[in-house]
Amino acid sequence: MAQIQNRLTPFFENITFDREDNELVLNFGPQHPSAHGQLRLMLHLQQEQIVKAHPDIGYLHRGMEKMAENMIYNEFMPTTDRMDYIASSSNNYGFALAVEKLIGLEVPRRAKVIRMMLLEINRMMSHLFWLATTALDIGAMTIFLFVFREREYLMDIIEGYCGARLTHSAVRIGGVPLDIQDSFIAQLKDFLEKLPQNIKDYEDLLDSNRIWRMRMEEVGHIPTEMALSWGCSGPMLRASGVAWDIRKEEPYELYDEVEFNVPYSDVGDNFARYRIYMEEMRETAKILWQTIDMYAECVKNGQTELMAHAPKYISAPKLDIMTQNYSLMQHFVLVTQGMRPPVGEVYVATESPKGELGYFINSQGGPYPYRLKLRAPSFYHTGILTDMLPGCYIPDVVSIIGTTNIVFGEVDR
Amino acid sequence: MRTYKPKDDVQKKAYYTDRFYVAPQVPKSDVESDEVFAKDLEAIKAKFEVLDAYIQVEQMVVWIKPEDNYGVIELMRDELEYTQLSELSAIDFIAQRDEFEIFYQMLSMNKRKRVRIKMSIKNGQAVNSVEKLFRSADWSEREMYDMFGIVANGHPFMKRILMPYDWQGHPLLKSYPLQGDEFAAWYEVDKIFGKEARDIVGPELRDTSRVDRYDSTRFARLGHEVPFGAEVKGDEPVTEQSYQEEGGVFLVKKLDKASSVVVDDPQR
Repeated sequence: MAQIQNRLTPFFENITFDREDNELVLNFGPQHPSAHGQLRLMLHLQQEQIVKAHPDIGYLHRGMEKMAENMIYNEFMPTTDRMDYIASSSNNYGFALAVEKLIGLEVPRRAKVIRMMLLEINRMMSHLFWLATTALDIGAMTIFLFVFREREYLMDIIEGYCGARLTHSAVRIGGVPLDIQDSFIAQLKDFLEKLPQNIKDYEDLLDSNRIWRMRMEEVGHIPTEMALSWGCSGPMLRASGVAWDIRKEEPYELYDEVEFNVPYSDVGDNFARYRIYMEEMRETAKILWQTIDMYAECVKNGQTELMAHAPKYISAPKLDIMTQNYSLMQHFVLVTQGMRPPVGEVYVATESPKGELGYFINSQGGPYPYRLKLRAPSFYHTGILTDMLPGCYIPDVVSIIGTTNIVFGEVDR
Repeated sequence: MRTYKPKDDVQKKAYYTDRFYVAPQVPKSDVESDEVFAKDLEAIKAKFEVLDAYIQVEQMVVWIKPEDNYGVIELMRDELEYTQLSELSAIDFIAQRDEFEIFYQMLSMNKRKRVRIKMSIKNGQAVNSVEKLFRSADWSEREMYDMFGIVANGHPFMKRILMPYDWQGHPLLKSYPLQGDEFAAWYEVDKIFGKEARDIVGPELRDTSRVDRYDSTRFARLGHEVPFGAEVKGDEPVTEQSYQEEGGVFLVKKLDKASSVVVDDPQR
């Protein structure tokens, strides 16, 4: 637009001021330390304010759904680790549960208890990791060091169980491969006893911290309708006033036997999400205490089975394979050809630390899934940035990305 | 004669299937067996044609005509309290019947129920976008377009989402090989240096099992260890290796190398 000449504004020769279009397009990421991996945001700015945001994803796309179509069911299990790599057992579990529902398997009680322990430890690890990285993004270095110390204890417990720290593959279709090690319960109790004080320490550092509150409160507001429309789940949805937790509402495993609350808030801003993560850690600790008792009960009742008995789909225990001919034959067929679930479809949603993690499997009766769709919560939590960011300011972007808790292994799959 | 391999499905196939194997079915039950679902189905049937409906693994599956998808999902959202569209995608059945199956996975939080709306479209046919009803469909439909090439009419930004904008082909089609096609193999080279540089750069080595025995920096050379970066000539001494779990393994005897026979010639 040409400059409108009047007496108050000086006239500059050869310069035009495009008043209607003085947007600055800022490219944020994909190599930005607080882009949580490979998020690229194209931000249209008016001064410091964002008028339009365009998230661009796909920088970590590995084609897991395609890989699944070319793998037998058990072969795909370690690939699921690489989705939400902060809490990989919950991905393993979601897939195992989907296949079990497809087959119609019932998992032994002891395996269920161990699975719940693993799931909740993973949830705790994920929430701790979230707290550490978000605080670091905002600039709180101390909390990062504290939290990673606690996370390290949990990683040690998991490492003792399955030998891996990050990509666990600790769940199998039909149960769990191993019983927990001797030191597991003692270590877990140690951790849980210290945890309330630890959480209190984090809160002392953050709750009344002026900078933390200014960066968090009334920033990144998500109204309930927007959260529902965008398919938000997990803490993102609960912070926006919907008390929906799949563990509570559609219980799987033994979640209907344990007592826990579902923290929710109707504020919907960053601070609400932060509070929900903190409260959920307490609830997770509550569940873990109960699973310890449930495990002791299993031991007392002599329930030693860890894998479901279904010779058509699941290999027999190692002892049987080594001693019985028929078990060895079954095992050979299952390893070389893979199990063949019945023809049909299943969609199973589980509450992963990030939200609703869904596996849709279409089986045509072959050893490979005909179609496997991974419904990752972070995918939609990234999409919502399109509607959330306009109106915010540049420094808010970092704290908003932090509280959405997106992991790009899961967004791009 | 060469065996016939279908071009429209190049995914991995079971290498052996028993001739008389009949795959069992995941049980389907009647919609009448669940009160809530029966009522919902009644409401849908009142306004739209339902081709098939059943309950499978605790969820109702409703088959509708592709042109009704917007109407049905609007009805589900506004009148039947299905407040979330959790997932939406397609399944490729081009090889079997030149069709795609599209599913919409919906969730009602008040009723604690999940419903799957399904429909079949012909290859090349577009669907109506439901982005105006659920914002989550914005990204899901873009992903469906990216992966299958199914266009959603009325979508505000029908561009690729996961693959680069200038990509050719739709990766989740059954006709797209797992390793990618020629375009995929040369994508970076073509883009950065131009097609004429293909000969100079050479193809990417994607053979993960390939081991260069003279490379001491990237491979550990188990059994023939040398210091990191050392030049390998091939006359390195062989390192004896044996491993046995502590305390032994049930039923497995510890290997005694001295008394065992090594078969050098497998044809003996």
